[in-house]
Amino acid sequence: MQLGNIKKELGVATCALLQVPAAGVHAADSEWDIDTAVLFYAESDDRVSAFEPAIYASKDLGDGELIDLRLVIDVLTGATPNGAHASSVPQTFTTPSGTSSYVTPPGETPLDDSFKDTRVAAGVDWTLPINRLQRVKLGLNGSTEYDYQSLGVSATYLQDMNNRNTTLSAGLAFNNDTISPVGGVPTPLSNMRAAGTGTNRVGGDDTKTVTDFILGITQVISRKTLVQLNYSLGMSDGYLTDPYKIVTVVDQSGLPATSAFTNGDLPYLYEKRPDSRQINSLYFKTVHSLTRDVINFSYRYFWDDWGISSNTFDLKYRYEIGRGYLQPEVRYYLQDAADFYVHNLKLGDPLPDTVSSDYRLAKMTTTTLSLKYGHAIGEKSEWSVRAGLMNQSVDDGDVPAGEETPDTDAIIVNAGYSFFW
Amino acid sequence: MKIIIYIGVLLVVTGCSSMDTVKPWDKDLLAKKSMQPVPDFFENFYDEHIYFSKEASSGGQSVGGGGCGCN
Repeated sequence: MQLGNIKKELGVATCALLQVPAAGVHAADSEWDIDTAVLFYAESDDRVSAFEPAIYASKDLGDGELIDLRLVIDVLTGATPNGAHASSVPQTFTTPSGTSSYVTPPGETPLDDSFKDTRVAAGVDWTLPINRLQRVKLGLNGSTEYDYQSLGVSATYLQDMNNRNTTLSAGLAFNNDTISPVGGVPTPLSNMRAAGTGTNRVGGDDTKTVTDFILGITQVISRKTLVQLNYSLGMSDGYLTDPYKIVTVVDQSGLPATSAFTNGDLPYLYEKRPDSRQINSLYFKTVHSLTRDVINFSYRYFWDDWGISSNTFDLKYRYEIGRGYLQPEVRYYLQDAADFYVHNLKLGDPLPDTVSSDYRLAKMTTTTLSLKYGHAIGEKSEWSVRAGLMNQSVDDGDVPAGEETPDTDAIIVNAGYSFFW
Repeated sequence: MKIIIYIGVLLVVTGCSSMDTVKPWDKDLLAKKSMQPVPDFFENFYDEHIYFSKEASSGGQSVGGGGCGCN
């Protein structure tokens, strides 16, 4: 028993010298560090629900060389807002395939319930030491789903300094994605067509590229405090529009301008976003140890050239209880609207170059509260369960009564089990 | 924006003044899994995935997460 404790203490001391997680003690014994997890996400009112099992495996290959593998399966079902707003009259829409229609009753937000998808994503990261203080992490990731394929590479350089109290990082990633919407790529700003009357499409698929850069510093402030500051820059080019989102065109009375369009054209236009986007963020995190408990706080300021800026605050408090811990968390997010976000378009007004009514581009807040319990089993394994509630609230501004964007409420439950193998 | 500048200055000042004060043998607490910037890989992964799908902002922590046609 005492020998076991001494071995454990020596292991922790070795870790402390090397400044690696305690888990590394076991991993250095040529074992795989395995994390398994599952997520259940469900929005109220039969909207989107997701079931997402995943596995992550990491192995220390010796001399600082590491390999990480991950596999995620994402099963999505439910209804998703199509971008049109609620109205006092019934509204008829066409499904993305163009072959059938659905009717939204008065006073309800239009939802397309044909949404169903399964996504499989896999990735590998390989960390290679250059010398005692420098290393490079190379990554490859890919994902496939019914209407979307993504392939990406990344490289991050890490430099330790000041007795390993400072780590500088510089990273670069490149993604090439292909979008193949159900029914084809809609002609931007064209009318949604009545079911069975043909569709306004420009092709079967389109592409976009995303290039990301990051510069970061992680600094040990004291024996109990760590801080991190990152600056990120991302550039997207290509098809950045959501092919399933539309914008309502209203007449003088404020109702969908059904009679103004003929020959199968519906009073809804397919949205159009700019074909490039530059995003920036400053991310700050601090981790502080109290006597036993740990506080983990992060703040992100985000801005882009679409007119969106946001602030994100996240606070976790890890309260140690015997071999387990309880961790309440609060996250608060608030964003400004994109320049081209509109509630609707008015008949007769000039058509804008870019436009969207996707509520995710509106002025809004997200509040999430969650509670997690984790428990260590023996020396080598741990399980945890987290349950949370998320609320998204859109600030529609001055819109007619009954047309407001409803809140999105969701429950988030995830469980994890990690062990060495 | 002021808060960001303040955080940056605080980081540089406090970091530079104390970077040599924490010796390797004093890193017992910092070596704990709970003290890592991302102590739970999947908790962070799921959060990134959910908020990427439901908000207009993303990223900030790292690069190379992969793409998604999330709607």
